[in-house]
Amino acid sequence: MAVKRTRTTGDDRWFRIGTGAVAALVLLIVAGIGVELWRQSALSIEKFGFRFWTGRTWDPVAGEFGALPFIWGTLYSSLLAMLISTPVALGIAIYISELSPRRLRVPLSYLTELLAAIPSIVYGLWGIFVLVPAVRKLEIATPESWKRLPLFSGPPLGVGMLSAALILSIMVIPFTSSVAREVLRNVPSAQREAAYALGATRWEAIRIAIGYGKTGIVGAVMLGFGRALGETMAVTMVIGNNPNISLSLFAPQYTMAAVIANEFTEAADELYLHALVEIGLLLFVITIVVNLLSRLLIWSTRQRFTTTAASPAMIDQGAKAA
Amino acid sequence: MKALTALAVVVALAACGPKERSAPGAASQPQGSTVSINGAGATFPYPIYSKWFDHYHQLHPNVQINYQSIGSGGGIKQLAAQTVFFGATDGPMTDAQLEASPGPVLHFPTVLGAVVPIYNLPGVTATLRFSGPVLADIYLGRIRKWNAPAIAALNPGVKLPDTDIAAVHRSDGSGTTYIFVDYLSKVSPEFRKTVGVATSVNWPGGVGAKGNEGVAGLVRQTPGAIGYVELIYALQNKIAYGAVQNKAGEFVTASLDSVTAAAAGAAAGMPEDFRVSITNAEGKDAYPIASFTWLLLYENPADKERARIMADFLRWALADGQQQARELGYAPLPPSVIEKELEALKKIRI
Repeated sequence: MAVKRTRTTGDDRWFRIGTGAVAALVLLIVAGIGVELWRQSALSIEKFGFRFWTGRTWDPVAGEFGALPFIWGTLYSSLLAMLISTPVALGIAIYISELSPRRLRVPLSYLTELLAAIPSIVYGLWGIFVLVPAVRKLEIATPESWKRLPLFSGPPLGVGMLSAALILSIMVIPFTSSVAREVLRNVPSAQREAAYALGATRWEAIRIAIGYGKTGIVGAVMLGFGRALGETMAVTMVIGNNPNISLSLFAPQYTMAAVIANEFTEAADELYLHALVEIGLLLFVITIVVNLLSRLLIWSTRQRFTTTAASPAMIDQGAKAA
Repeated sequence: MKALTALAVVVALAACGPKERSAPGAASQPQGSTVSINGAGATFPYPIYSKWFDHYHQLHPNVQINYQSIGSGGGIKQLAAQTVFFGATDGPMTDAQLEASPGPVLHFPTVLGAVVPIYNLPGVTATLRFSGPVLADIYLGRIRKWNAPAIAALNPGVKLPDTDIAAVHRSDGSGTTYIFVDYLSKVSPEFRKTVGVATSVNWPGGVGAKGNEGVAGLVRQTPGAIGYVELIYALQNKIAYGAVQNKAGEFVTASLDSVTAAAAGAAAGMPEDFRVSITNAEGKDAYPIASFTWLLLYENPADKERARIMADFLRWALADGQQQARELGYAPLPPSVIEKELEALKKIRI
């Protein structure tokens, strides 16, 4: 460290100050968004207080606003999406990083990441014209005995929770799989070599690598979850936009991002506008918490990798310094 | 990349040339330079407005009227904040909104729109007939099957299937919803009590779809679905729609003529400020789910030059402009309303 400091030139210092300022700007922007959302939803916060979180009525005519159906719809659709997408995304990540022939790695990674580049309106249109009719057929084909379960109740509309969860799961796959791939790639080869040395099969060696990067992989899933929470356009086009709280996969429901997108332009009344902004505030808080958790998890795995990977080098350096 | 975008913006601005240079509020423009006027509001009349503004620009090359179709609510907000010179709305401003605006605002009907019920019933080829109370009960979730006695009574001879009704509404706030629920509230006290009138309402059930195209798309795909869209949208996309029983008891299929007839029926009782709902209008030929769309102007604007231009534009739109309405699928105003408006235009202090 002492050596480095003497080498610091003026350029280095300015570079540090410059980049530091930019980094601080990001914090300022996030804080600014939070403060502004708070200010712009003051009327609603004042009038409804905590009731806003638990209220089930959303009535712009009567001026009664509760966000629970939207919170429910957002969390439920994102959770379902993660249930569907996680096995697929992890399968892709494991295949690319551990099993695929070297030549296929780059095109495969590129293709999965391409999924993230498709605009969500395109996903939405595909949802309306392809996915929704297919889901409707599935719903019609569901046996009557299943329909008595709360999970499958309701008329076969096609639009609803299942369509939303399916479209979301496709949209988050690239996020989860590319981070999980990087995590697996960061697992020191010493881990795998040690496993092989103990006579492990390939499957067992991969399991050890996954175990090693476990928290990082959880972080990757959480990142996908954060993405799913905020998705707006594609979801609003297929979810049915009806604020009701239901376990049913077939029921039309609503999400926080979707209600903002749908109603913001025509909200001329002050309280109504503030209630919509407060939904934005809730979504902001929920997304920040989820992202923070995922960052923490990824960061804690990185720490472990760097300490283990770097230790021999550090020993070397220590010897030289002595 | 950012630098490129910035460059593109600079080039684009430069390309616009002197047109864009006229600063807002510059009433003392020298002769011959371009005056640009900005407005914002309803999306429904956007096609006709953009055609009118373009046409007016050809007639008066030094006038450039820009219109942003951001929604009626947005138009009212922007007008009150005085970030635009004129607004446009599908639902008249409320008394509270008028009081909150910095000066008196005048409403000018420009064209007429209508909302039609569309449905998807495989095997039913006849045009279905609806009444207001039946539509209200469908959207309230009280009529759940297509072969319900109330629907069958209106459609003798039509074999209605035993299918669930999926009622599709607009999920985005919209003037279309306003007109539709305004009508349902007039004919069903129950609907007025539980739902009410606004651009977004608390629907008791059903499915929400975004935009006219979202509603039409969902109805087209879902057997047993019913929805409501703008008449223009149905005409342009050749979607079949039902007839609705009007106040006189006649079943009327929406057409440009039956919509204009509704406005003529309401013209007699037209209030001074034109803030009137013409749903459920009187008259044998009147289509009951119709509405004006309004342009909003301040009565005493600070910028007299722009006010003069807008008044001149409106006079043109009410005369020659009306001829273009029909070909774009808008119902023209009845002469009695135009007469009253020309009189009201004199109120603007220019």
